[in-house]
Amino acid sequence: MSVKLTIISQIQQIAEEQKKNLAPLTDDLVLLESGLDSLAIAVLVARLEEILGFDPFTESEDVYYPVTLGDFIRFYENAADSRKVASGRAG
Amino acid sequence: MLPTHVKSLRDALGNTLNGRSRFLWGARASVSLDDLLHGTSLGGRLAELSGRSVLVATRDQLSAALAMIELDGVARRLIICPSDLAASHLPSVIARGEVDAIVFDCEPPEQASFDIPLQVACTSAVRQADCIDIEHHPTEWVLLTSGTTGVPKMLVHNLAGLTAPIRSSTLQGEDIVWATFYDIRRYGGLQIFLRAVLGLGSFILSDAGETPGDYLLRLGARGVTHISGTPSHWRRALMSPSAHAIEPSYVRLSGEIADQGILDNLRSFYPRAGVGHAYASTEAGVGFDVNDGLEGFPDSMIGAVGDVEMKVEDGSLRIRSIRTAVRYLGEDGLVLADNDGFVDTGDIVELRGDRYYFLGRRSGVINVGGLKVHPEEVEAVINRHPAVRMSLVRSRKNPITGSLVVADVVLNAELDESATDFKGEILLICRESLAAYKIPATIRFVPALDVAAAGKLVRHHA
Repeated sequence: MSVKLTIISQIQQIAEEQKKNLAPLTDDLVLLESGLDSLAIAVLVARLEEILGFDPFTESEDVYYPVTLGDFIRFYENAADSRKVASGRAG
Repeated sequence: MLPTHVKSLRDALGNTLNGRSRFLWGARASVSLDDLLHGTSLGGRLAELSGRSVLVATRDQLSAALAMIELDGVARRLIICPSDLAASHLPSVIARGEVDAIVFDCEPPEQASFDIPLQVACTSAVRQADCIDIEHHPTEWVLLTSGTTGVPKMLVHNLAGLTAPIRSSTLQGEDIVWATFYDIRRYGGLQIFLRAVLGLGSFILSDAGETPGDYLLRLGARGVTHISGTPSHWRRALMSPSAHAIEPSYVRLSGEIADQGILDNLRSFYPRAGVGHAYASTEAGVGFDVNDGLEGFPDSMIGAVGDVEMKVEDGSLRIRSIRTAVRYLGEDGLVLADNDGFVDTGDIVELRGDRYYFLGRRSGVINVGGLKVHPEEVEAVINRHPAVRMSLVRSRKNPITGSLVVADVVLNAELDESATDFKGEILLICRESLAAYKIPATIRFVPALDVAAAGKLVRHHA
């Protein structure tokens, strides 16, 4: 599953678990207005680290807090890409 | 620090107002401090509250703020009730505080307070009142600890101790507009509120019913200059599109471990602001401020002579100063300070190079965005599942809430973890009996857990 789809499906699962109503998951949706509160977003980051094997918040050099869902997905995609490049070099 | 001739908050206001327009801005109402100085939020019933032990139990932060200013120096004791105090804890708070008066706002008092002899309504609409001479009582300020299981502890402070960390140099600006993401009825928020009242500026109160984004917009509109919150408050703020609405000159973090990430982020987001983090707790008061932009604190602070003395013993930070609480209220046998007057903060620190870093709580308490979780409470719930042999709940670092709760679970030997959805079942049990922040974010099945010789689970500090 792509990074984007993984993120979307985890958001949906956490919303279901926490009985939260989700706004339509568009790129420009502000995360804090998605229906997930900051605790749910924290859980999302932890679950994604389990599945994807990385947490871009702690790995990235310049710390950054994504505002929209699109920002969030790109943040993860970029981290995934730079990991591929890094492992490609190592190989 | 409070000038020695100032005996109460109202005194201090009288000395600093001098016709200046200063305000307490709430989400729904605002009050001019000058009006309060010449008026009352208590319907003119202040004299009746003289010398009493008063429970300040308002819904609204603004009415609590007004009541605190009016009652300091009048009441014998002020018990500051946070709005999220569970109703079931109220009888114990009333009994331990020997409460004989209650101040409330819109809502009628809880059933538990029916027997309190004096009940006074408080409103954020101040009306003019004649100044009357009321006998001065040095007021005990009683603050409640937060987020623990069971009944909150009650800690006695006095105004001199509460205001001791406040340097007069930070109070001189007439254009300072203070704000805090905290509720002012918690120690961290009260510190900022007192800075605003004792200084020359104004204050913007937060509101429980307001989103962080809406608060930021209100802060921007009022021109906030000095603002405080926990690292979790700040992370949430930076995820809001309204984070650009403010342009503070001072940003302060306290209440949780401030890591390098959030410090760097705030510095780059608010380039004009000084970013500092403070160590403070309801028990130990404000220990110190760190303003060099780095996490942790310089080792030169340990053993230094000054207002605050600190030492590290058995791995945890100990603090002696006039800023600490004076004592616990109604906690039989519970002693706040050791024989030398040092308060054990319970926070484990580690020296690396020439700096100390915070590792977590000695008790293993996990701080999820400012809310405390006892691992044992969560383990007990997980262990109810018939397939679980034992579990270990621990803290895991998280970029949004600082920490999260995660669980390692050992299943009974004969069970195959893939055969049934044990994870889902365990989470279901947790959701039925635990608040959301206590539910493990992830559950990992492990073959065994370390058990020490004494038969206790081995807990490592993250």
